[in-house]
Amino acid sequence: MGWGGRLRGLFADTKGPWGPSGSGDEPPADDGHGSGPWGEPPEHGRRMGTRSGGGLDELLRRGRMRFGGGGGGLPRGPDRSLILWAIIAVVGIFLVVTSFHVISPGERGVVTRFGRYSSTLGPGVGTTLPSPIDRVQKVDVEGIRSTDLGSQSSEDLMLTGDQNLLDIAYSVRWNIKNPELYLFQLSEPDETIKQVAESAMRAVISQVTLQEAMGDKRADIEAQVTDRMQRILDGYRSGIAVQGVAIQQADPPAEVNDAFKEVTAAQQEAQSYINNANSYALQRTRQAQGEAAAFDKVYEQYKLAPDVTRRRMYYETMEQVLSKIDKTIVEAPGVTPYLPLPQVQKSQPQQDRQQ
Amino acid sequence: MIGFIRNRPIVSAVIAFIALIIVLGSFPIVPETKQAVVVRFGKPVRILNRYEPGRPIGAAGAGLSYRIPFVDQIVWIDKRVLAVDMESQPVLSTDQRRLMVDAFARYRIVDPLLMYIRSTTTENLNSQLQTILRSEVRNELAKQPFAALLSPERQGVMNDVKNSLNVQAAKFGVQIVDVRIKKTDLPDGTPLQSAFDRMRTARYQEAQSIRAQGNKQAQIIQAEADAEAARTYAASFGKDPDFYDFYRAMQSYKSTFVQGTGGKPPASTTIILSPQNDYLKEFTGRTK
Repeated sequence: MGWGGRLRGLFADTKGPWGPSGSGDEPPADDGHGSGPWGEPPEHGRRMGTRSGGGLDELLRRGRMRFGGGGGGLPRGPDRSLILWAIIAVVGIFLVVTSFHVISPGERGVVTRFGRYSSTLGPGVGTTLPSPIDRVQKVDVEGIRSTDLGSQSSEDLMLTGDQNLLDIAYSVRWNIKNPELYLFQLSEPDETIKQVAESAMRAVISQVTLQEAMGDKRADIEAQVTDRMQRILDGYRSGIAVQGVAIQQADPPAEVNDAFKEVTAAQQEAQSYINNANSYALQRTRQAQGEAAAFDKVYEQYKLAPDVTRRRMYYETMEQVLSKIDKTIVEAPGVTPYLPLPQVQKSQPQQDRQQ
Repeated sequence: MIGFIRNRPIVSAVIAFIALIIVLGSFPIVPETKQAVVVRFGKPVRILNRYEPGRPIGAAGAGLSYRIPFVDQIVWIDKRVLAVDMESQPVLSTDQRRLMVDAFARYRIVDPLLMYIRSTTTENLNSQLQTILRSEVRNELAKQPFAALLSPERQGVMNDVKNSLNVQAAKFGVQIVDVRIKKTDLPDGTPLQSAFDRMRTARYQEAQSIRAQGNKQAQIIQAEADAEAARTYAASFGKDPDFYDFYRAMQSYKSTFVQGTGGKPPASTTIILSPQNDYLKEFTGRTK
């Protein structure tokens, strides 16, 4: 709407309360300007609500009088009072809308009166003074927000305590614990959270080794960062509660990844050495136990009849041994065979060697 | 008056509009997030909603105020905690190693009048503070060895930075709430590459040591098993060494001549026996 419209609105505004007191049929006569404002009841109504609340009652009363008494009077009377009622309705709706606030669970309504903080509305329907006096800013206090730092696709390197580099990605979960502080104390809360998280994470990472950061100390680091962030943010009176920090990724940089894989491979290899040794050990001890047990059993029997058992074992063994192999019996020291077997010739070379 | 309005609607509308602007302008609304300096003909006369430490939100300060139209000018100044960021800059440690440091500070304008006189706008203030922050961070960190730069919080270095920064910032009506190092990076190029090399070699070394350790453990396990086996044998065979000798000899003959060892059949053998052999002693047909 241009300046003209605003001017006309203003004109109507100032004229509004007095309008009815004059000779009744003024607006239609003054076609050039009078009809303008009436054509825009919302604008008019808003301005009425804002400034001339006092005139409203009077207006209302007169409107009623006119409505009640003017039925048979002027032909344009009903038009006029209808417009009046419309204005009243719009003003009323505006007042209701800006005075009653539905605060859903998990939200708080921070009320400022002429800019100054006055109160905080809890969940439910809250009432305030109408709009330009009281303003309500709704703040979600239960919803957990998440801010991601570092990314899993690109490298975000951080120096660890042992001066190694760590590629890290993490996220911070937070919510608002104090809506007034959140609204009034901190400019750029989101950016602040990012910076504080980065700073806290760096501070904690710089006190642990690379190995700890990648492995078993992760949960500990997360807790420390959460704690540190909370302290910093409380120092700013930010009204923010850090719910937790989650490390999504803590890896060595891509440049040295192969070397780290080498370590993993070495671990596997070392484990396989140990596994092999274990299986050897198992086999060795079991074998020893088995042989010892066998010996024990035989020895038990041997003790009962040593001589006989000994001879028996001797003959049994010799039997087995000699039955399978070629034998030549020679009268020593001469070399006259008692039993000249055909194999003797065949196995002459061995025989020579044996002698 | 009514007659005037009716006769000259446009003129009266303009007058009303101007009046409205004047009225509205005379009663500025001061929000909680802002403080203001009221300047009369270029001379600051009043401060609205000045920051007072420890004052709860909603206490006096913000709200409806007043001014003389056209005479008083209002300069709005943020009341909240503001941020000043420092671009990443190189810092040389006492042991001559370079580190890229990225810091930020959080501050609050506690003396809007002083701030207005010295800087006029928040943008000016910000760039002035940035310069101070840069030099203070560099000055303080350059007194530290490299290892301390990695975690300056632990050595209280950041407190020193904050204190000296506060001295400087006080001239601008600013109080430093907090100074923090956001990032410490190795400069690109050689320092970064050599760090990578160091990490790489350290890993290879670790891999070697893990392998050696595994080997060592494997050997110990094997030796222990051998010892265990020997103990078992000794406990059993030691009961009668003489019999063991015989028993083992029998086993040995069997495996040498009959079964073979290692799954291989025995090599064909020819034995030449003398009749005096113990086995053949009955050949002589001796009598009792």
